[in-house]
Amino acid sequence: MPHRTFFWFIIPSLAAMILFIALPVISVITQSLHVEHEKVLISSENCGPFGCKQVTIVDVAATTQLRADQPLGQFSGFDNYTNRNHLAFDEVGLAWEGSENIGIFIKKLLNLPFYKALAFTLTYTFVVTPFVIVLGLAIALGVNALPKFAKGPTIFVSLLPMIVTPLIGSLILFWMIDGEGIIGASIQYLFNDPGLSLKASPALTWMMLIVYGIWHSAPFSFIVFYAGLQTVPADTLEAATIDGANRWQRIRYVVVPYMKPLVVFIMLMQLMDNFRVLEPIVSFASEASATSLSWIIYKDLTSDTQLFGSAAATSMLTIIGVAILLLPVLFRTWRDFSRTAH
Amino acid sequence: MGTIKTIALTATAAAILTSSAAFAACGIAGNANVSIMGNDFPALHAVFSAAEQCAGDGVTVTKNHNKDYKDLMVPALTANPAEYTALTVSNGTLVTLMNDDLVRPLDDLVAKHGSGLNKSQLVTVNGKVMAVAFMANAQHLFYRSDILEQVGMSADELQTYEQVLTAAKRIRDAGLMEYPVALNTKAGWNLGEEFVNMYLGTGADMFVPGTAKVSINNAHGVATLNMLKSLVSYSHPDYLTFDSNATQALWEGDKLALATMWGSRTAGVLDAEGSTEQVVMNTDFAAAPSFNGGTIPASSLWWDGFIISKNVSDADAEASFIAMMNGISTEMVQANNDAATWLIEGYKPSKAASGVTATAMNGAAPYPMYPFMGALHGAAGSELSDFLQGSESAGQALADMEAAYNVAAKEKGFL
Repeated sequence: MPHRTFFWFIIPSLAAMILFIALPVISVITQSLHVEHEKVLISSENCGPFGCKQVTIVDVAATTQLRADQPLGQFSGFDNYTNRNHLAFDEVGLAWEGSENIGIFIKKLLNLPFYKALAFTLTYTFVVTPFVIVLGLAIALGVNALPKFAKGPTIFVSLLPMIVTPLIGSLILFWMIDGEGIIGASIQYLFNDPGLSLKASPALTWMMLIVYGIWHSAPFSFIVFYAGLQTVPADTLEAATIDGANRWQRIRYVVVPYMKPLVVFIMLMQLMDNFRVLEPIVSFASEASATSLSWIIYKDLTSDTQLFGSAAATSMLTIIGVAILLLPVLFRTWRDFSRTAH
Repeated sequence: MGTIKTIALTATAAAILTSSAAFAACGIAGNANVSIMGNDFPALHAVFSAAEQCAGDGVTVTKNHNKDYKDLMVPALTANPAEYTALTVSNGTLVTLMNDDLVRPLDDLVAKHGSGLNKSQLVTVNGKVMAVAFMANAQHLFYRSDILEQVGMSADELQTYEQVLTAAKRIRDAGLMEYPVALNTKAGWNLGEEFVNMYLGTGADMFVPGTAKVSINNAHGVATLNMLKSLVSYSHPDYLTFDSNATQALWEGDKLALATMWGSRTAGVLDAEGSTEQVVMNTDFAAAPSFNGGTIPASSLWWDGFIISKNVSDADAEASFIAMMNGISTEMVQANNDAATWLIEGYKPSKAASGVTATAMNGAAPYPMYPFMGALHGAAGSELSDFLQGSESAGQALADMEAAYNVAAKEKGFL
């Protein structure tokens, strides 16, 4: 294709990518390098239904002037990335020097909000992703072996967990595991302990969130694998059967190799999806026990004190995190691709 | 009970209809747009509906109740003209709006149309009226008189949180309830509020006066944290997920005997829905207890009031003020007497309001209106749970809170 034609060919998608991907990312980067302009504080007497009190207030006129001079706020370099709420370089350094052993260091590290969130985010990603892939393949193989009339309804029912909005799905589960809910009350009855609760300890909360994640994402991998199974050539399977392969061997040596590109695809999607887990944390009210990077962003943007620079910095760190996670998978795919191309 | 409710509803409807006939258009001159936004609870529904009666004759009134109004209000009022002409706020949210200069001073409108207001309803900052308060709220003690009686205690013995702990221990030891106590301790805003309330009970300042420098890592802070930890040791292990809805459900479900909850929940607890006769009959309210040898109730007083947006035309601002004045009229209060602890002329305090009133009478402090208060509140909400769960010391938790506050305050330009 001549360069000129190629150029005109891609310009619409290029324009869309610049407008909808590149510019927003640049804007977030810019935001992450700034903090708000200085607030000029003055003393004032505030009165209300409960009497008067001398308090500090923001001098609105002076602050408005500062804001007009610096609409972006104050440039702060990488402060938003290195402060205690993010990578916390100073605190990590102090913790390293002040800890006798690695256990104490890790405890101190996990006391910092970013690392606490990162620990759960990574655990969630690396536990949920393999489970979703294996479980999805198992369900797909099972459904594929069903008689024809049962397939449609089974597929529909299997997809339901994915159809339920994560926020709602996790809220329903949250109520079910409540001491008054069906699961929570049953567990308390079984173990005869009214204080037993899945919401109470960090370990149980982590487990519950991970189980929810698997329940929610398995249908996605199931439907992709199920579609893939329809393309496995019947001849090869038949030949394997004639050669004496049993069902397990047919799956292991014929079906799974055929599914390999799909495994890579699902792994990519799941790594990205699970790394930005948010809704179950909100619905399960699990802030005390488990947080995630996306949840930190959400909190910065919705609390009384909105921190845009902080949210932008966490967003950039999330993008970098996703890139690091996907790199090995992408590299492998690229290597396989160039090997077959030559 | 059902019939009584129907009658009450009919009476309310009749009252609103009559007032609408009497106050049609409310004397708003010319064409104007009034749009009101605020939180979503029954007392505000009554206020907004009464304000809506001013529609007609070229005046339009629209209303929006939204639980997430705090997240929407700044962008909505920053627009010029503002998306909403009037907003109902509390002492916590007014500061956020004032920090961004989004509130119109009301002195002229109060002089012109505010003759019916009590002076105490006017919220003034630096001498200028910025908001008109119409109801009060505070967290205070809810107790079950029947259960207290069974352990041989009376309401007079619940003046301090130390006494509450004694009562809780007796209830547990008597085998009546394993987890008799609850506070709204959901990690985040709710837990932050419990910290602020308890700390105010010490009477100490949270900031170095005149600056945004936080000073909570001291003996008062440690006492505050220890009391919170003692109280949650009598709460169900789920306590870090308890918000107002959860604690109200536990109360109505006969699972609690002593709880610190919002005054705005009393009407819901006392009504016939969602609970048993036994619970409703024996539910009583008292002032928030004090602690640590102090006399100040460990709670904060909140008011709800309305403001007028800065970025609206004078005509719309005046119309909005008149409409809101109609919303908080004596007629509205008479029709909705028990929906809130009203600050409005004509209100007859009932049992539902007794806890808030007692808390105010005992000298509780208002929720602090510092511009940087939100940053400390947020830091408390997220850094306290490790201490309550026993995985770090009080000193470490307070140091974490200060560190988290410093980062947020620095980013907001306060430090």
